[in-house]
Amino acid sequence: MSKKYLTRYGDNYLEEMTEAEIRQDIEDGTLDAADRAQIPAMTSDDMDHLFEIISNPQKIVSVEPGNEVVVTFDAGTLKLCVRSDIPMDRLTACVTQERALGSDSIELCHVDYSYKPIKPIISEERQTMEQVQLMTTIPVLYGAMPNLGLYTKPDGPCGNWAELLPAGKIAEAKEAQEEAVQHSIKDIVFVASSMIESGADGINLDTVGASGDADVKASLEAVRIIKQKYPTTGIEMGMAGEFNLGMHGELTFDGEILAGMYPHQQVRMAEQAGVDIFGLVVNTNSSQSLAWNLARSVTLAKETVKVAKIPVHANVGMGVGGIPLSIIPAADAVSRVDKALVEIAGLDGL
Amino acid sequence: MTVTHVSTAGMGGIRSAGDLVLRMELQKMKINEAKKFVADKLRVSVSDLADCAVMKDLREELNIGTVQSRPDAGVGIQTKFRIAELLGIPINSVDLFKKHAGL
Repeated sequence: MSKKYLTRYGDNYLEEMTEAEIRQDIEDGTLDAADRAQIPAMTSDDMDHLFEIISNPQKIVSVEPGNEVVVTFDAGTLKLCVRSDIPMDRLTACVTQERALGSDSIELCHVDYSYKPIKPIISEERQTMEQVQLMTTIPVLYGAMPNLGLYTKPDGPCGNWAELLPAGKIAEAKEAQEEAVQHSIKDIVFVASSMIESGADGINLDTVGASGDADVKASLEAVRIIKQKYPTTGIEMGMAGEFNLGMHGELTFDGEILAGMYPHQQVRMAEQAGVDIFGLVVNTNSSQSLAWNLARSVTLAKETVKVAKIPVHANVGMGVGGIPLSIIPAADAVSRVDKALVEIAGLDGL
Repeated sequence: MTVTHVSTAGMGGIRSAGDLVLRMELQKMKINEAKKFVADKLRVSVSDLADCAVMKDLREELNIGTVQSRPDAGVGIQTKFRIAELLGIPINSVDLFKKHAGL
């Protein structure tokens, strides 16, 4: 009987698999990513390395000394104060990340994690950033999502393309997205400028593309303006998915159509806009094994790092980057994802 | 999640030199270039950067912040004044502090 290895599925539950089964999933995963993004699949050496990482009998694995990378965050101060419901303010959360958790940076953010709703409370956000900057040594970024959906009726002024498209109103849906892009650019630039004026070390645009290609367009245009105003301020852009959804389909940036871009193409647009750190996303399939998901992530990440001139960080939260889709992902799986992405794909950070 | 990421692959922030390396990534330097830059500025080897034994002593000597509170040692903005000078980069909050303090 073949030896079985304890591993996990993308839904976070344990599974026993044979070496042949794991190797088959690695091959299927890398071929899936290569086919979708039209990029090279993993080499046989890389696939062997990934098998070693996945089949390692230790519960937690780690990178070899010298291969350490740095970490940035999305929803930074939401994690302790809100999601874990620990009664602490955001300043306390930042110094806890710095002095108790060993984070290389932290992101200050508001519970309504989008640029639009921050406008009415910008003064309070600025005050908090100024206090946090007095107390911290690590870089403190301010972050939120572009979240174009917030500009649709009844909450916003624009038509709702998610309703217009199914009704066959294609031209109206495109027009609504183009209008929302302009509102979003203004809001992102306003909030980012305000937080930079209050000492932010950088701005994070997170979950870019959640509302489709118009969301990406607004973010790129906003970054270009912010970098013109504040050329030494770092900008991180983290994506919503491995593929720009074409909700509009014809929007461009520097003459290139944004819809359909995969990470190795997204990063080029980010560079052209002036982004300093690119946050890559690969979606986890909860019905597939860790081996399959991680092979896909490594394949997409390696090509992105190869073409990128700026640092690439992987989004390795719940349900992305190969991390199982669970609010409490197993540490054994998380450590394998980190090691594989850093040592095989060559990422600059997480 | 943070604990697992930092334990598995992280530099460890101000336990070591992770914060300094990240400041250089925010200037578009990729990880190896950023590590080399910081190591040269600190006059240590790249392998020392994630070693908390070496970096604790060095950070205390340079007074650029550590995870342990000590009397007569800089914290927060005070440490960033030194980091800006050490790395030769502008730090936004330091410039803002100078402006507000009339320095």
